[in-house]
Amino acid sequence: MNLTLLVWRQETPTSEGSFKEYKVNDVSPDSSFLEMLDLLNEELEVKGEAPIAFEHDCREGICGSCSMVVNGKPHGPNKLATTCQLHMRSFKDGDTIVIEPWRAKAFPVIKDLVVDRSAFDKIIQAGGFISVNTGAAVDANSILIDKESADSAFDAATCIGCGACVAACPNGSAMLFTAAKVSHLGLLAQGQPERYSRVINMVKEMDAQMFGGCTNHGECQEACPKGISIKFISRLNRDYLKGRLLQIVQGSGMKAQ
Amino acid sequence: MILDFYRSTVGKKIIMALTGAALLGFVVGHMAGNLKMFGGVGADGVHKMDHYAEFLRTMGSDLFGRETLLWVARAGLLVCVGLHILMAFQLSLINSKARPVGYKSQEYQSSTLASRGMMFGGIILLSFIVFHILHFTTGDLHFRGFEYGKVYSNVWNGFQSPSVVAFYILAMAALSFHTFHGAWSLFQTLGVDGPKLNPIIRGVALVLAILLFFGFVSVPIATSMQILSAPIG
Repeated sequence: MNLTLLVWRQETPTSEGSFKEYKVNDVSPDSSFLEMLDLLNEELEVKGEAPIAFEHDCREGICGSCSMVVNGKPHGPNKLATTCQLHMRSFKDGDTIVIEPWRAKAFPVIKDLVVDRSAFDKIIQAGGFISVNTGAAVDANSILIDKESADSAFDAATCIGCGACVAACPNGSAMLFTAAKVSHLGLLAQGQPERYSRVINMVKEMDAQMFGGCTNHGECQEACPKGISIKFISRLNRDYLKGRLLQIVQGSGMKAQ
Repeated sequence: MILDFYRSTVGKKIIMALTGAALLGFVVGHMAGNLKMFGGVGADGVHKMDHYAEFLRTMGSDLFGRETLLWVARAGLLVCVGLHILMAFQLSLINSKARPVGYKSQEYQSSTLASRGMMFGGIILLSFIVFHILHFTTGDLHFRGFEYGKVYSNVWNGFQSPSVVAFYILAMAALSFHTFHGAWSLFQTLGVDGPKLNPIIRGVALVLAILLFFGFVSVPIATSMQILSAPIG
């Protein structure tokens, strides 16, 4: 396959970037999208040009590194797949492919297609944990969790923090990510003591990181490579409202840390 | 604590959803009330529409005095509209700041014209509301013999202008789109939906959007097509 790529090139976080056109020839339809980029980078190095910087790690769809918007969709045209799981057979010979980084205030570009996603870590640090006293591990099955909650918590826990939800959202909102993390813990028995302070603190941090608000477009759920449902956003909203009402009823009884 | 709630995007959206729900309730009632235009003339020779308007002014008058409840309702609506608009502008500002650099190409998968056009439609609705009050409530922009209390006559005369009718139809189309997204979205924001309920909620929102459009435009269209007869008296 012969392809034309339009790739966002940006030297440093502060420098001005632009799209640059590249031709890649003799690409195997069986190669992955990232292998195609590797091929191009090898050619660029031979020519003495700087290779295109992009993030990658596991290349099996679980690390969430390979963030790039391919032809207007985060992780490319395939549903429930990351960029590393995208293969060149999804394109046609002669295609022009536009490759851009995630675009969000909270995800500044570091170089080319690499963005800084520490804003997600900040949201996790604000409440995406359960406080457990150290000591011997609790016996297995000593805390029983019904199947429905366990399954739902697991659905939320499949979030790999890739940021496709933010990239796809017309508002640059991180609600699906935050909702997945809030629900994953909030659905389990171990997550109950901090359930409401967690949602309040994580939403506060999400706003502080300059993510946008949710207007229920549903784009995030379409872009999510793990198929996380916006039902978790609904759950976050419900927990948030409950948490705020509890604060009012109980006064300072439940402090937001 | 209330301030923290107000300052968060989720809090703002909950305010947006609650005021939106109240306003949706109002427009449904308003639309149903408008159909009194088709009610004809009562035994006393007064249009049924004028009876209904008088009822709105006198409801609860035994307890609170004439027009008191009407003004309470108007004040409530004004607060809802004001908060709804304030939240809309604040959230839009936050959202536009969240993506300072846009995409070269972006392909939407599930958002609709209605969901992306909430602000645009809202601005049309706001200008419509201002005009509509000056048109039929105060009569300042009526220009065709506005007479306080003669609702049927005022409406009938007001809709003799094709450009006014066209603006009403455009505004009701905007309301219809606004409802299609808003009536579903508010359930999601208040967290009372779910994957099983969503198709039903979205279906109801669609039906509401269609009903509101046709219910509202039926009066200006029936007037301009001379289906509704000229006012008496």
